[in-house]
Amino acid sequence: MEVLDTFFIAPFADMLDSPIFLLEVIIGGLLAGVMYSLVALGFVLIYKASGVFNYSQGAMVLFAALTLVGLMENSVPLVLAIVVTMAIMVGCAFIIERWLLRPLVNQAQIILFMATIGLNFVFEGTGQIAWGSNVKKLDIGIPEKSFEAGGILFNTFDLTAALTAAVLVGFLAVFFQKTSVGRALRAVADDHQAALSVGIPLKTIWVIVWSVAGFVALVAGIMWGGKAGVQFSLALIALKALPVLILGGFESVPGAIIGGLLIGVFEKVSEVYWGPAFGGAIEGWFAYMAALVFLMFRPQGLFGEKIIERV
Amino acid sequence: MFYREAGQFKSTYQADQAIFPIIQDRIFIAMVFAVVFFLPLIADEIWGAREMEYWHQAVIIPFLILSLAAIGLNILTGYAGQVSLGTGAFMAVGAYAAYKLSTAFPELNIIIVFLLSGVFAAAVGMVFGAPSLRIKGFYLAVATLAAQFFILWLFNKVEWFFNYSPSGTITAPPRELFGILITGPEASPIARYYVCLVFLCVFALAAKNMARGHIGRSWMAIRDMDIAAEIIGIRPLYTKLSAFGISSFYCGVAGALYVFCWLGSAETEAFDILNVSFPVLFMIIIGGLGSVLGSILGAAFITLLPIFLTNAPPMVGIEMATDLQKHIEEIIFGLLIMFFLIVEPAGLNRLWQIAKEKIRQWPFPY
Repeated sequence: MEVLDTFFIAPFADMLDSPIFLLEVIIGGLLAGVMYSLVALGFVLIYKASGVFNYSQGAMVLFAALTLVGLMENSVPLVLAIVVTMAIMVGCAFIIERWLLRPLVNQAQIILFMATIGLNFVFEGTGQIAWGSNVKKLDIGIPEKSFEAGGILFNTFDLTAALTAAVLVGFLAVFFQKTSVGRALRAVADDHQAALSVGIPLKTIWVIVWSVAGFVALVAGIMWGGKAGVQFSLALIALKALPVLILGGFESVPGAIIGGLLIGVFEKVSEVYWGPAFGGAIEGWFAYMAALVFLMFRPQGLFGEKIIERV
Repeated sequence: MFYREAGQFKSTYQADQAIFPIIQDRIFIAMVFAVVFFLPLIADEIWGAREMEYWHQAVIIPFLILSLAAIGLNILTGYAGQVSLGTGAFMAVGAYAAYKLSTAFPELNIIIVFLLSGVFAAAVGMVFGAPSLRIKGFYLAVATLAAQFFILWLFNKVEWFFNYSPSGTITAPPRELFGILITGPEASPIARYYVCLVFLCVFALAAKNMARGHIGRSWMAIRDMDIAAEIIGIRPLYTKLSAFGISSFYCGVAGALYVFCWLGSAETEAFDILNVSFPVLFMIIIGGLGSVLGSILGAAFITLLPIFLTNAPPMVGIEMATDLQKHIEEIIFGLLIMFFLIVEPAGLNRLWQIAKEKIRQWPFPY
């Protein structure tokens, strides 16, 4: 009975006890979820356009953040540093397309996945050689202040991050839906061969998509780096983004956002209410378990394309 | 010239289906066995005991154990087509089961302990493999990460698993086989080498035969297209779960050896995703998916490369800060992985086959 109580009754009783606190936890979860979404977006973009499960997205976040901080330490102003970093990420996209993706075209997905793990090592190593592996502080001028609204505590930095993510998603949505490049990207995502046959240049599309993913990595790097400092562990946030991906569906931008928010809330709520019952430190696996259970009912994730299999 | 099958006639089905149908192959493999079984006995005198101890501990024993794990993962990923990132967790199950068994029943023969811990790992593997019936591809790969993180968390959290030791580590107790100490810190490297070697040979042979037999063919059918396989009468439940079970059995035994014959004592950290799961996946992809030999070649590549990269610069007289050297190693490692994938996506096993083709025609390729 005691077990039943600690797992199934006490947590809910706690929630009902102070709804304001529950709301605070949920909002905290949503704000953390935004950060996960930012990383997951990069994965989705590349997977959609080229069917490559890009493991190196986490290392790209680290690389972009390191480059930015490194430039700023050498007294380059923020805006210029962002532009230069972006240029470097575009350069990387060109190199990756020419020397990695093009020779591996038409290979099995797991081979491409493996190649991006190799890429992961290169990004991690290069970033740390170029800029050193100490923890660096990234100050982009957003104050970390707390204020109260309606009895709930907010943090300016988290709100800014949420706002940035919203703007980024809006920008990406317009880019994908309204521009001709975006239409070409969607065509490639639908069917490589059909897209080629109507004259869409696959190579250019890949460069664009990796550049956009680099841009998303830069934004994620700024946000995560501003919150926790720029250090090697930034590369491991890829592992945080994976449950978001399978929950939301690999091919879906809205899926990445909503999946991220859901995972963020799940994680915070479970940590606060169920964490003590499990003995703490459950955030490492809880998101994965939640996503796994969810997948049992919907194998393609929330917004993934329905898997149609024919013989 | 000397590697031809011409003139070797088979008169029985048994001869026709042998693993090494050509006499040259058999001679070659016999030579390999002679070297790996007898060279270590005299190696101490040739190269010196301390030198050999370093080689055993740093290179050869981890290579043998990781080969075993790679064969296990190759059964699951290469033959049955289910990508798994949970290798480390299944190895951890084997290691912790072996620890609990050998401390609870000190009289039990250590070999039986290893095999039983493989059985435990197989049971856990089948539980976490059950979702594969509904979840496929990368979704499954990420889902197996749930096993990885959950199991390691469990072993860290529940003190019963490490016998309430204050440090949270499991330590291999000294155990004897035929009167020779083979586990624990006091065991000689040579004894541990032979234990690992025998395990690898027996398990590799078993894997090769399973892959050629009925069960291996059903795995490959499921890998190539599971719906079509189901229609021709292969039961997905039985096939997928058997792949998970057998694969985890291999990984579990490898995990038990990993702690008992190599590390001596370990925490869950040793089975971390970056320490075990990913490197083993590299091994089978670099070595060749769906190939027992490939697993071993891949394991050799992945264990030897970092050691080579660490030792090469001082050999040619380049001195570097350790930090810088570590990052350069990382970059070269990544570049080499990409290079090998571009040159030969089918892995080292394919390169080996191409080499055999070339020798067959040498010196007149027309």
